[in-house]
Formats: sequence, C-alpha cells, structure tokens
Amino acid sequence: MKDFKVIEVKRSILDDNDADAAKLREELKEQGTFLLNLMSSPGAGKTTMLKRLISMLGDEMKIGVMEADIDSDVDAQAVAETGARSIQLHTGGMCHLDASMTRQGLLEFGTADLDLVILENVGNLVCPAEFDTGACKNVMILSVPEGDDKPLKYPLMFSVCDVVLINKIDVLPYFDFDLDKCREYIHMRNPQAKIIPISARDGEGFMEWTQWLREQVSAWINKI
Amino acid sequence: MHELGVVFHVIKIVEEVATENKLTEVESVTLELGEVSGVIESYLQNCWKWAVKKRSEILKDAVLRVETIPAITYCEDCRNVYGTIEHGKICPCCGSGNTYLQQGNEFQIKEISAC
Repeated sequence: MKDFKVIEVKRSILDDNDADAAKLREELKEQGTFLLNLMSSPGAGKTTMLKRLISMLGDEMKIGVMEADIDSDVDAQAVAETGARSIQLHTGGMCHLDASMTRQGLLEFGTADLDLVILENVGNLVCPAEFDTGACKNVMILSVPEGDDKPLKYPLMFSVCDVVLINKIDVLPYFDFDLDKCREYIHMRNPQAKIIPISARDGEGFMEWTQWLREQVSAWINKI
Repeated sequence: MHELGVVFHVIKIVEEVATENKLTEVESVTLELGEVSGVIESYLQNCWKWAVKKRSEILKDAVLRVETIPAITYCEDCRNVYGTIEHGKICPCCGSGNTYLQQGNEFQIKEISAC
C-alpha cells in the first residue's frame, strides 16, 4: 500500500496564462515591438484585410505576420506575396493560442527588428477569447454575411476586443445586416470597443483603421 | 472546446508541484470547474486519459476528479443573485442587463494526491 498524501495546489489555469501573458507584454515593450492579436471566424477576411493593411503601412514600419492555423500554409503564402515577413504556426489541432505558444512563435520568428507583429489567431469566436496571448491590443473582424447578432451569441469575444472591424460592408445591400443594431449589441457587451466598418476588398474605412493602428504602434514603441 | 490545451496546462502545473515536493507518483488530481467555464467534463476526461499516458511518467495512472462550481450572476441594480444557466445575462427579478458573473468561470487545480 502506497502512502499517498493530499497536497493543496489552488492554482488557476487561466491565472497562470494571464501572468505569462503579462510577462510577454513587458518583454515586447522592452524590445519595442507591438503585438496585435487578430481574431475572427473562418472566412471573415483576416488575410485579405492584412494584405491591404500591409500595402498601406509597409513603408512606414517593419511588419511581420504570424499565421496560426490547425494545418496548411496557404495564409502565410498569401501574406508573403506582400513582401512582409510571415511565419506559419501549426497549433496541431488546438483551437486557440495561449501566451506560451505565442512566445515560442515569436522566438522562432525572430521579431527583434520588427515594429509591428500581427498574430492571426485560429479562426474561431469562442476559444481565442479565453486566452490572453500577451498581445498589446486585441482586434476582431466580424463580416457582414455572418449577421449582426454575433455579439449576442459570442459575448466574450466582443468584450475582450479593443477594436471591432465590421468587414465586407460593400455587400451590405444584399444582406439583412443592421449596422446600427450591431453597434448597439457590441456596446452592450463592451462600451469601450471602437467600431470601424471596412471593406477589405475596396479599401473603405482603412484610413481610420490604419490611423488607429499607427497611433497605437507609435505610443508603444515611443516614436512619434 | 479547448479541453486538450487545458489538459496540457494541468499536466505542466502538476509536474511542477510534484518536482517541488519530490513526488514520484500522482494518484489523483482534483479540479474545480465552473459551470460556465466553457470546459465540458466528459471531453476533459477523454483528453486526460490520452494525454497522461502519452505525456507524463508520474501522472500516467492519475485519475481526474472534477468538482463543479455553480454559475451565479449578481444584479447591480436590484442586488439579487440568480442562476446564470437558467437566466443568462438579464436579471429575472428586475429585467436589468447590468449584471456580472459572481462565480462559475473557475478553472482551478484544487489539490493532488501523490506520494
């Protein structure tokens, strides 16, 4: 008979990740790299949005993209065509990235010379919202075909985001998507959220969106 | 939905605790799991059985015990508390949406039994 004893642990899984994420943010601050966590459902237009964003900001700052997917490297290839540095992270079946996976990705990528790193999280409105990746800001894309009721169905995702980009507004006339209602639902969950309607296809809204990002990056890396 | 990821976290933390306390065999791990933590116990058990055999020497025979913490929401307007699962975000007493989750999203390792 083995003599088993009970040891009290009392450690929260999410608290551990939060502490790790806070540490990663400090490291990024020291290094002078701004990390943006980009989340959305599959097909909301993350990669198309990124391509346009990089073409507008690529001359002003050094940008890198980390693509997190369960498999494949199609997104990393698409981003690489813009000239930005990119790396594909395979989550091996996992539905989200946590702070330690993000740190590993950043190390492998070598981000010391980059001003802005965009983490394209796994396409999913549930799990990525639960885990702080260590990013400086969180942005999500909701696209018009997904419907204006998504803030009600996935409240946590909308409550952790600093910016909600409403993408594909060029197809608004073809969908029953009420932009005012959507704003109201988002602000119910998160009164501070900045909402920017955009069209990644034709560039509408990108002046406001890139300006917000430019200001955030400058403030983070202490450049004006 | 992310049961496998959290199982890896649990294994990592328990292994740290075991090393600190010079333990070589863990018999059981007890978790406190909130009703609205987003983690499903049956999925967690399946992932656990697979992961401990694959990933950990000291945990390979460990049983996972789960204690459920009920989800309770507090209404800031009428100061009542109510069951989150039954009523959600809107207070059933006064109809206000000015409410917050008091408990129920916990995901904590309570204790382990080991030698």
